[in-house]
Amino acid sequence: MTFSRRQFVGTALTAAVALAVGPGIARAELVDDAINAFTGGADMETGGITLIAPEIAENGNTVPIEVDAPGAESIIIFAAGNPNPSVATFNFGALAGSAAVSTRIRLAGEQEVIAIARMPDGTFKMARQNVRVTIGGCGG
Amino acid sequence: MAENVTPRVRVPREASAGETVSIRTLISHPMESGQRRDSDGNVIPRSIINRFVCTFNGETVVDVTIEPSVSTNPYFQFDAVVPESGTFTFIWYDDDGSVYEETADIAVN
Repeated sequence: MTFSRRQFVGTALTAAVALAVGPGIARAELVDDAINAFTGGADMETGGITLIAPEIAENGNTVPIEVDAPGAESIIIFAAGNPNPSVATFNFGALAGSAAVSTRIRLAGEQEVIAIARMPDGTFKMARQNVRVTIGGCGG
Repeated sequence: MAENVTPRVRVPREASAGETVSIRTLISHPMESGQRRDSDGNVIPRSIINRFVCTFNGETVVDVTIEPSVSTNPYFQFDAVVPESGTFTFIWYDDDGSVYEETADIAVN
């Protein structure tokens, strides 16, 4: 099979675009799938949940975050740009003093951190924050 | 197999009945994410703490499902209500099947 110059340029362009866009789309799908697995596709309100993360994190290996969603029974955290976007799920029990928690997470690079709270009445609340990372935290 | 895994918790010694106290926990653990490669290019297998549970006198305070995106030496700070004197139990579950447990007493006055 012989390629004309036009065909060749077209194929090369398509391949280049697929390479550049592919991982981004795959990741967005991963995050959407993970969010849907938690919410069952329900609508989410903003507000009623606070996510505190640094705007710029020097070291992606340990980024301090804080989430507070008064009254929530469960909070899930996603890092949209990580190879595996799920970070942690907090289920609060009968003796939880508040639906708030602080921890430290890894971020592979600049990306959005997403926190979603499930309320006892079955509604969901979401907060997002973009974090810039100077040194990524997923090795390599 | 993770080595030198040491849990550490900070709980107030005493509280008044029904008070909300702040608890800090940390366990020294490498939390190998399964994404890194060694110098020969082989993937280093995942080895993390995958679950952490805190209970007080048998009642759940918080139950955390942990993924590889949690940092080395997983640290959590959260609040608990203390209805009476008793014992906080903290349990960490490792990928390799190990279970690490730590307790802390609190007196209600």
